[in-house]
Amino acid sequence: MTAALTHPITRFIARRLLYSLVVLAGVLVAVFALVHLVPGDPVRIALGTRYSPEAYSALRSASGLDRPIVEQFFGYLASAFTGDLGVSFRNGDPVTVTLLERLPATVSLGVVGIFIAMVIALPAGIFSALREGRISDAIVRITSQFGVSIPDFWLGILLIALFATTLGWLPTSGYRPLLEDPAGWLRHIVLPALTVGLVAAAIMTRYVRSAVLEVASMGYVRTARSKGLPPRVVTFRHTVRNALVPVLTITGIQLATILGGVIVVEVVFAWPGLGRLVYNAVAARDYPVIQGAVLLIATLFLVINLIVDVLYAVVDPRIRLA
Amino acid sequence: MSTLTGESTRVASWRLLLRNPVTVVSAAVLGVVVVVAVVANWITPFGVNDVDVPNALRAPSGEHWFGTDELGRDVFSRVLVAMQASMRVAVVSVAFAVVVGVMVGVIAGYRGGWVDTVFMRVVDVMFAFPVLLLALAVVAILGPGTTTTILAIGIVYTPIFARVARASTLSVRVEPYVQMSRAMGTGSLYILGRHIVPNIAGPLIVQTSLSLAFAILSEAALSFLGLGIQPPQPSLGRMIFDSQGFVTMAWWMAVFPGATIFVIVLAFNLVGDGLRDVLDPKQRTMIEARSQR
Amino acid sequence: MTDQVLSVRGLRVRIGRRHIVRDVGFAVQREQTLGIVGESGSGKTMTALAATGLLDTPGAVVDGSSILAGETELVGASARLLRSVHGGRIGFVFQDPGTSLNPLLTLGRQITESLETHRKMTRRQANTRALELLEAVGLPDPESRLHAYPHQLSGGQRQRVMVAIALACDPELLIADEPTTSLDVTTQAQIVELVRDLQRDFGTAVVWISHDLGVIGQVADNVTVLRDGEIVEQAPILDVFDDPQHAYTQELLHARPIVGRSAPAPLGNDAPLLLRVDGLDVRFAVTTPVGRSTVHAVKRLSFELKRGMTLGLVGESGSGKSTVAGTLTGLVEPDAGTAQLDGVDVFDVRGAAGRALRRKIGLVFQDPFSSLNPRMRVQTAIEEPLRVHGLAKGRSGRETRVAELLELVGLPAAFASRYPHELSGGQRQRVSIARALAAEPELLILDEATASLDVSVQAHILDLLAQLQRELGLTYLFIGHDLAVIQQMSHEVLVMRDGEAVEYRPAAQLFADPEHEYTRALLAAVPPARPRAAVGAGEGS
Repeated sequence: MTAALTHPITRFIARRLLYSLVVLAGVLVAVFALVHLVPGDPVRIALGTRYSPEAYSALRSASGLDRPIVEQFFGYLASAFTGDLGVSFRNGDPVTVTLLERLPATVSLGVVGIFIAMVIALPAGIFSALREGRISDAIVRITSQFGVSIPDFWLGILLIALFATTLGWLPTSGYRPLLEDPAGWLRHIVLPALTVGLVAAAIMTRYVRSAVLEVASMGYVRTARSKGLPPRVVTFRHTVRNALVPVLTITGIQLATILGGVIVVEVVFAWPGLGRLVYNAVAARDYPVIQGAVLLIATLFLVINLIVDVLYAVVDPRIRLA
Repeated sequence: MSTLTGESTRVASWRLLLRNPVTVVSAAVLGVVVVVAVVANWITPFGVNDVDVPNALRAPSGEHWFGTDELGRDVFSRVLVAMQASMRVAVVSVAFAVVVGVMVGVIAGYRGGWVDTVFMRVVDVMFAFPVLLLALAVVAILGPGTTTTILAIGIVYTPIFARVARASTLSVRVEPYVQMSRAMGTGSLYILGRHIVPNIAGPLIVQTSLSLAFAILSEAALSFLGLGIQPPQPSLGRMIFDSQGFVTMAWWMAVFPGATIFVIVLAFNLVGDGLRDVLDPKQRTMIEARSQR
Repeated sequence: MTDQVLSVRGLRVRIGRRHIVRDVGFAVQREQTLGIVGESGSGKTMTALAATGLLDTPGAVVDGSSILAGETELVGASARLLRSVHGGRIGFVFQDPGTSLNPLLTLGRQITESLETHRKMTRRQANTRALELLEAVGLPDPESRLHAYPHQLSGGQRQRVMVAIALACDPELLIADEPTTSLDVTTQAQIVELVRDLQRDFGTAVVWISHDLGVIGQVADNVTVLRDGEIVEQAPILDVFDDPQHAYTQELLHARPIVGRSAPAPLGNDAPLLLRVDGLDVRFAVTTPVGRSTVHAVKRLSFELKRGMTLGLVGESGSGKSTVAGTLTGLVEPDAGTAQLDGVDVFDVRGAAGRALRRKIGLVFQDPFSSLNPRMRVQTAIEEPLRVHGLAKGRSGRETRVAELLELVGLPAAFASRYPHELSGGQRQRVSIARALAAEPELLILDEATASLDVSVQAHILDLLAQLQRELGLTYLFIGHDLAVIQQMSHEVLVMRDGEAVEYRPAAQLFADPEHEYTRALLAAVPPARPRAAVGAGEGS
C-alpha cells in the first residue's frame, strides 16, 4: 500500500489534483463575486419591467442577498457542495436541474466536434509536417489559416443556408436526444458539429504540425535513420509517436475550450445546450443561472485538464518511472 | 556589416520579413484596412442608417456595391463604419491587455517568489474560463455596450500576455549576460529596461498580432449576440445576425460583413505568422539558411 | 583491396553556392581507426555523413565517390540500398547521448529494432542478442536495463547503449562523431577503452571524428586534418604528432594544452591574502513533476586566494564548482559559511557597500554566444560597469575607456560599434573579459571561460589572461574541467567531487604526486601528450 502511495504517478496526480483544487477555489470566489460586482442592484436589474416592491423583496430574500456577505459566501459554498445552486431569477426553476437538463446537448456537440477535429487535424498536421517546405505543406498551412480566421457563427449560417435551406438535406436547427432517436440525433448534430469541428480542426492542425516538426528535429530521429529502419517505422514509431504526447495535451485543451465556446454556435442552431442557456441568462440578467453555468463549465474545464495530465503521466515513462 | 571566419551574415529582420510574399500582401491589406477604418466616416456613399424601404434587398449594383439590407440601407456604407468600430475595439482592448499583461508577466517573471506565485494563480483562474464565457460574464456585470466590450475583451486577453511575458522573462533572466549584469551590481531597472525588455519583444509582437485577430472575432461574436456594440451603431456581427432570415434571398447581407471579418482576421494571422518566422530564433535560422542559397 | 572497408575519393558537398566540403579523400582498413580532426566549421561531420549517405540537409549536393568494402558505391546510391547499409553494415554513434535516444522506447527495443530490420530476427532472438550486447558494452545489471528507459541512465551509460546499438548487427564500419565530447574525462576514457576492445573483438573499422587531439591520439592509427572543408594533412598518427608538415597542424598541436608543459609565473613569497572562504555550504531545492528533493551542492568548502595568484577549481560535472562561483558573485545564496574579501564579508553586505563589493569581483562565463546581449553593441556592453560604478566622466570619457579596454584585450577600437553576431567566439570572449575588467576588479572569476572555444582560440585567450595577470596583478579563480588547462594557469589547485574538496595543494605538488585516488583517476584519464601508438605494443592502457 505504501508503495502505491509513494509511486511517482500517485505523487504526480496528487500534485495536479491539489493544484486544480486551488484553482477551483479561485473560480468559486470569482463566480460568487460576479453578482456582487454589478454596479447597481442585481435584483432590481433582473426584475426589470416586472418590478414591484413585493416581487423585489421576495426575490431578494429567496436568493439570500439580504444577508451579510461572508454568510452569503459560505452559504453559497455549502449549497454548491450539496448541488444546490439557487433558483433562476427569471422563472424560479432550480438552477442545478436546468443545468443538468442542458448538459447532454452541449456534451454531445463538444464530443462530436472534437472527434471531427481530430479526424481532420491529426492526418493533416502529420502529413503537412512530413512534407515541410513543399507545396502540399503550404496548402495545408493556408487552409488551416483560413479555418482559424473564419467566424464560427458565420460559417454556421452559411452551412445552414447551403445544406439545410437550399439543398434541404439537413434540418436547420433543433436537437434530438441520442437515446430516443439516434437517426434524428445524427441528422441534427451534423451541421453544428461541423461548424465547431472545422474551426477546431484548423487550430489543432497547426499544433499537430508544429509538434511533429519539433520531434522530427530531435537527435533520436537521426539515430533511427542511421539504423536503416524503414521510413514508415521512423515516421510512426519515432516521430509521430513522440509527437502524440504534446498533441494529447492540446486535444484536451481544445475540448475544454469548445465546451465554453459553443455559445455562439448553439445560438445559431437553436441548440438547447449550456451555451444558449448562458446567453439567454446574460440577456435577462439572470444571475444565479449565469453563476451556475459559469461554475459548471469552469469545473468541467479543470476536470478535463486534470484527466489529460493524468494520461500524460501514464504515457510518458519519464514521469511514470521517475 | 562585415563577416568573419565561421560566422554567417545576419540579414536584417525587416529585410527578411519582406522576402515572404504572403506577409507582404497581408501587411498591405492591413494597411488598407487601417486607412479605411480611419476615414470611414468621410467616404461612405450613403448614410449608415438611411432607411429606404422601397429599395430594400437589392442585389449588389453600381449604386450599392454591396447591395441593400431589409430596410434599404446601403450595406457597403454600413460595413465601412462597422469595420471602423471593430478595429477601434480590437486595438484599444488589446492595448489594454498588452500593457497590463506585460507588466504583470515581467514583474512575476523577474521577481519570482511569492509575487510570481500570486500573480500566476490569478492568471490560472482566469485561464480556467473559456474566452467567450469570461467576456459574457463581464458583460453580465456591466451591461452590454461598446465600452463594456472593450473592457471585456481587454480583461479576457490579459492572461495570455502575462503568460507570454513571464515565460520570455524567465528564459532571458537566466541568460549569462543577465547573470553577469547582476553579478557586477547593475540595478534592476537597468537590467529590465536594457536587457530583458528588448529581448522579450519578439514573442510579444507576435502575440499582439494574433490577439488582434482574435479580438476582432470576439467583438464580432459579442455583437452577434446583441451584447456588444449596440444598434443603431452598425457592427459586423450584428449585421450577420440580422441577415439570418434573409440568407437565401439576399446572400449579400451575410456574405459581405462575414467576408470582411474573415479578411481582416486572416491578414492579422498571416502577418503574425510571418513575424514569428522572423523573430523566433529557431525558425529564423532555417529561413536565413534558405535565403542564402 | 578488400581490406579497405571505406574508400573515399574526391568527395564534395555543396549547399546552394556554399562549398562545405572540397575534394576530400581518405581510406579506412579493417580493425583500424581513422581519426578525422578539425575545429568547428571544418566540415568534419558533413564529410562523414556525406561519405556514408546519411546527409539529409535540404539542398545539399554530394559529388565524388565513397566505396564500401571495395564494391558498394554509397554516393548517389538508392535510398533502399542506403537503408540496408545503415545499421547493417555501418553503425553510427553521435555526440549527444541525451537526445540521441528515444525517450519513450525501452533500451532493449531500440537495439532490437536494428536486429529485426537487418538480421530478420524474431523478437525473442533479438532480445537475447540485445542482452549480449548490453553485457559487451559493460552495462551493469543488463537484464533490467533491457526494459529501462534512457532517462534512467547516466550520460556515460547512455553512450555505451549507443555503442551497443551501433554494433548490434556486427557492421564492418563504425562512424563515431564526437562521441565523448559531452562526457566527463573519466567517462571519456572508459568509452575510448570500450570501443578499442570491441574493435579488436569484432574487427570493425572505425572513423573517429573529434576536435580534441588528445582523444585522437588515444584512438587513431591514421589521421586526416580538415580545415574549411579541405584536407590539410593526412598521415599515420606518429607522423602527425612527431613531424607535422602543415603549419595548421603544427598550430593545433602547439595550442593543445598538455599536463606538464607549462606553468604560470611564480608568485612572490609575501603576496597578501585577498579572499578567504570558510565552511561554504549550499543546498538547492529541486522540483520535479513528482515532488521536491534537495541537492547538497557544496559541502563545507574552505579555501584561500592570495593577491596575484590563480586558484584552479577542478571538477567534473555536478561537482559544485560553478555553484561556488555563484555564491561569490551574489547569484546564489549560501546556506552556511563565510567569505572575506579584503576584510569585507561577501555574503552579508547590502546597498552601496554591496555594489562596491560587486565591483571588486568580476565574472566571465563559458558560453561566448549568450554572454553578450545580442541587441547591444559592444560599446554599451563594456561601458555598463563604468556606468554602474561611476568610473568614467560622461559619454566621451566612457568611449575613451572602452577603447582602452578593447586594446587591452587585443581588439581594435573599431569593434566598439559592432553587435555580438558580427564577432567570432574568441572575439566575444575577449569582449566579455574587457567588460569584466572595466570595473577594475581585484578578483576575476573565470567559469569554464575557454571551454566552448576552439583549441587554437583557447590558447590565445589563455595567453591573454596570463599576460593580464602579470601586467595588472589580477587574482583569478579559474574554474574548469580540463586538467591541462588548469595546470597551465594555476598556482594552486582545489579538486572537487560531489560538492566536497578532495585535494587542495599547490599545483606543482598536486600534478607531480597526487595524493587522493580521485585526483589520480582524473590525471590518468587525461589523454597524454604522446599518442598511444608511441607507447608501443603490449604496454597497457
